[in-house]
Amino acid sequence: MTGLYQDIVLNRTRHPLHAGKPVRFEAQATASSPICGDRVRVYLSPAGMDVHHEAEGCAIMAASADLMASAVLGKNPEMVREISKNFTRVVTTGEADPSLGELNALAGVSEFPSRIGCATLPWRALEEALANV
Amino acid sequence: MQTDFAALREDFPILRQKVHGKDLVFLDSAASAQKPRAVIDAMVHVMEAQYANVHRGLHYMSEKTSDAYEAVRDKIAVFINAGSRDEIVFTRNATESINLVAYSWGRSALAPGDAVAVTEMEHHANLVPWQMLRDAHGTELRIIKITDTGEIDWESLEQVFADGRVKLLAVTQMSNVLGTYTPVERLARFAHAHGAKILIDGCQAVVHRRIDMHATDADFFVFSGHKLYGPTGIGVLYAKAEILDAMPPFMGGGDMIASVSYEKSTWAKPPYRFEAGTPAIIETIGLGAAIDYVTGIGLDAIAVHEQTLTEHALAVLPGVAGLRILGAAQDRGGVISFVMKDAHAHDIATLLDRQGIAVRAGHHCAEPLMGRLGVTSTARASFGLYTTLAEIDALAKGLERVGKIFA
Repeated sequence: MTGLYQDIVLNRTRHPLHAGKPVRFEAQATASSPICGDRVRVYLSPAGMDVHHEAEGCAIMAASADLMASAVLGKNPEMVREISKNFTRVVTTGEADPSLGELNALAGVSEFPSRIGCATLPWRALEEALANV
Repeated sequence: MQTDFAALREDFPILRQKVHGKDLVFLDSAASAQKPRAVIDAMVHVMEAQYANVHRGLHYMSEKTSDAYEAVRDKIAVFINAGSRDEIVFTRNATESINLVAYSWGRSALAPGDAVAVTEMEHHANLVPWQMLRDAHGTELRIIKITDTGEIDWESLEQVFADGRVKLLAVTQMSNVLGTYTPVERLARFAHAHGAKILIDGCQAVVHRRIDMHATDADFFVFSGHKLYGPTGIGVLYAKAEILDAMPPFMGGGDMIASVSYEKSTWAKPPYRFEAGTPAIIETIGLGAAIDYVTGIGLDAIAVHEQTLTEHALAVLPGVAGLRILGAAQDRGGVISFVMKDAHAHDIATLLDRQGIAVRAGHHCAEPLMGRLGVTSTARASFGLYTTLAEIDALAKGLERVGKIFA
């Protein structure tokens, strides 16, 4: 049962490192789930790929948003899309990807098909924000 | 004689299933109830022994099937104490029943500028069709407030009706989120005194209480078969005969006509006017078996049993650290929504699921109500006739474990 709710997930939910609206940002996008009502907004400064988020929803989604912001910091858009693709594979298959570091904490989501969308929701918002730059 | 409700669990084959290696504790009956053997057998019997299309064939199988199908109409008329079998229209589900009323009655009996009133605790099914009618036909949609306890705010009701333009009150008899029963007889009297009709969404209530169209004086009453231990794909619209008589068809096709030519078609009498195409024959007969099943136990006995469950849940759940139950209506049934400090509803549902406990989490197709309650989602436990006190204790214990993970 705790495979999904690992300490790193719970810690990022309780004490996020990248939460809140920044003073300056260049693009933003919101993704929401009509099924459960979860909603996340990401704020993006493409220089240095600085991402902040406002996540309203479950622990999995909120932790995913924060882990995402850490994972993409300093990357270029192409690398972000690659990470997003690899992350989706991890949460779908449950197989860890050594290149993804802490994002692998969410690999357990693969056992909960109805929750995979929670983990990928922030990534949908980020991809849209990148397109809005 | 006292009914042994624990023994009735044997009638529901699915309750013997294990989930994640644990006994299934199914607390999501308000979304859809499990099916007793009698319903399953009745549906299998139709397909194995007594099946053909209805109302068409001049052969043995069609006649037998038509008889079995139409007998369910009589059964429902008795079950809800309607004035006549012709007041019972078969639909796909309660949502379709409400859409039928909005489309057919709404566009013919209402004029632009007339208003439809709903409450803040309606399911989307009893809100969106009236929005669509508003946008297509120029009617107004008004919202009656609820109190913080989750009951109808009578002052708001009176304000909404004050100018005399409300022609329909569309209201749930039991909230699918708060479990609140609304005083439908009093509401019907109020609506009628103000020159309005009343539509009652009976989806939740019909499962838990004896329903009586004569006593309630409802103009429209809708429910779905699948929450009443019957199959999916069959719903019911009750409407007073004189109202149905004046309503134009909802959909065109076979079975709903009196005569057809290229120039003009004429409509069959109700209820057939509203039943275009081959109906859900097997499901309808399954619903008949479900009604036999619950009336065999007795709705009054079911109501007493479920009241015990509800009172027990309301007593033990607040003992879970950080748990808050939403709503505090005086008259409430076995649908309980709650939130927990620090644990989101979806996380609660996932963690309970791993313990074999099925609850619903989300906005329960009632997004505006979530806004009114100041939450985005809730977890919801709902009870059926097969629910036990031990299952409610298992829920409380499971929630304690959830609380510890998020503490």
